[in-house]
Amino acid sequence: MASLDIEGVTKAFGSTKVLHGIDLAIHDGEMVVIVGASGCGKSTLLRIVAGLETATTGAVKIDKVDVTPLEPADRDIAMVFQTYALYPHMSVFDNMAYGLKIRGLPKPEIRARVQEAADLLSIGQLLERKPRQLSGGQRQRVAMGRAIVRHPKLFLFDEPLSNLDAKLRVQMRAEIRRLQKRLKVTSLFVTHDQVEAMTLGDRLVVMHEGRAAQIGTPMEVWAKPADTYVASFIGSPAMNLLPATLVQGGAAAQLANGTVWPLTDGPRPGGEGLAVTIGIRPEHLLPDAAGLPITVELAEPLGSETVLHGRLADGTALTARIPGIAATETISVSPEAGALHVFDAGTGKRLDP
Amino acid sequence: MRKKVIFRGVALPYLLLLPQMIITLVFFFWPAGMAVWQSAQREDAFGLSTQFVAFENFTDLFHDAIYLNAAWNTVIFSTAVAALALGSALFLAVQADKHIRGAGVYKTLLIWPYAVAPALAAVLWLFIFHPSIGLVGKALASLGVNWDYRVNGGQAMTMVIIASAWKQVSYNFIFFLAGLQSIPNSVLEAAAIDGARPMRRFWGVIFPLLSPTTFFLLVVNLVYAFFDTFGVIHALTRGGPGNATETLIYKVYVDGVQNLNFGSSAAQSVILMLIVISLTAIQFRFIERRVHY
Repeated sequence: MASLDIEGVTKAFGSTKVLHGIDLAIHDGEMVVIVGASGCGKSTLLRIVAGLETATTGAVKIDKVDVTPLEPADRDIAMVFQTYALYPHMSVFDNMAYGLKIRGLPKPEIRARVQEAADLLSIGQLLERKPRQLSGGQRQRVAMGRAIVRHPKLFLFDEPLSNLDAKLRVQMRAEIRRLQKRLKVTSLFVTHDQVEAMTLGDRLVVMHEGRAAQIGTPMEVWAKPADTYVASFIGSPAMNLLPATLVQGGAAAQLANGTVWPLTDGPRPGGEGLAVTIGIRPEHLLPDAAGLPITVELAEPLGSETVLHGRLADGTALTARIPGIAATETISVSPEAGALHVFDAGTGKRLDP
Repeated sequence: MRKKVIFRGVALPYLLLLPQMIITLVFFFWPAGMAVWQSAQREDAFGLSTQFVAFENFTDLFHDAIYLNAAWNTVIFSTAVAALALGSALFLAVQADKHIRGAGVYKTLLIWPYAVAPALAAVLWLFIFHPSIGLVGKALASLGVNWDYRVNGGQAMTMVIIASAWKQVSYNFIFFLAGLQSIPNSVLEAAAIDGARPMRRFWGVIFPLLSPTTFFLLVVNLVYAFFDTFGVIHALTRGGPGNATETLIYKVYVDGVQNLNFGSSAAQSVILMLIVISLTAIQFRFIERRVHY
């Protein structure tokens, strides 16, 4: 159990900069999820924390102690890999005991710790097997067990669920969260899956092109995305982003087709005529006969609701999520009051009232 | 997935197999059969008469101090060659596997010795170890070491071992390097995070994962040391001094070609044939099992 501080970490591979200065403070026992598309630098950041890569500049501190120059072995961390990275020639027991043996723990204690972790993960009956005799989910558990037995200061997860099938993924996701809450180990979890990020993290770091686009709780990130990238990345189906201009001194936005949507939560700074991007989540578009008419191109019925993919008269794509079954070719919608997000069209940054 | 081709009739498949069959028959089964037949015969000194002696050539061999000496030499020689060639190749492969500048050049250079013919390799080592013209030979002499492999059996053995192992390092190197590169990086990273230092990582994770490669190479190296080192020994020491570097394969040549003792030479060949058959059998058994760890 420990805190983790990442201070101004940058990383360049040759002339390619992959991290442009990341600052992140993780409290004791907190689970932070780093989420982003592939190539955003999230795995590199995790590997820098693990000590598998060295930061070009900046520092990593565990419990306020600078570990930047230390080898992975000296950082007292445990990592779960996407490929599980089990030792193929060792039994499940030996896989979990390896780190403890290296640390020279007495045999009875090793046995006790492995047994405890195995019980926790319900893999007690697999201890004698070799990794190749295990299913994907079982390997995942062993990899978790190998991390748990060490009682490390920090858990690092590098997309540990992406090699599992959908059902198992949901199950393991819940299990990881339960375990983490129970063991209260500070954790850093990397994923490209925004649903995983939303459900697992106490806080999220949304990474985009080597920068932390936003750091916040899942609800903060969902309710107040810091820029258009975060807005489109978090939430499914993705938020609609429409070009518009501020009118009425910033109290309303006019879409390209002339429709004016009032910004009921207050006028935005910048005032009259500022080019903006209006964001509206599909679930915040309500059927309204007087609203914007959409030509539906594809309807995805999900049972309790229907996702409609359509276009406005000028060809702009728009997605709406309507409760119930809506088998319709055209529909008119209006935004829910106060649900509009306004972003500066130039910088992509969020504009708050 | 192997594609199965189905031929109509039997003529074409047999025809396609024929060249391989002829080569095997003419160059292996026929001479091997001759050797077996001859190993049961004994010719008089002038080659005028031949008599059937059954296993007498074999029983004589096992009471022949010179033959037993050659067998012992072979054990020492093969073990040392295999150990030296495997050890240095593994060391070099581990170094080459690191992300170093110029790794490509380094790898290419290491593969070169394999392309050198045994006799040439021997001459090369002669220039290094010869007491009066060799680089190392002269250096040793100037240090006061009494180095002359032409009279000292131990030194002669050391030299043929080094020269033979050197030839085989390249081959082993390629296999070890491929083996090392097939070990997933994340497994080694997991070991590093588990607290294993480089040496511990090597013996605890890398070496066990290389064991299939090592075993395969061990058999190949033993076969090489048994049978393919004739050229090196012939060019460097001719089995001398005083039979100190005479291995089983070299003795077959000495008895058969120089001493014209065909019966005994054939018996020795048959023994060597049995050894290579058993080595191959072990190897095939192992490869068929396919379970490495």
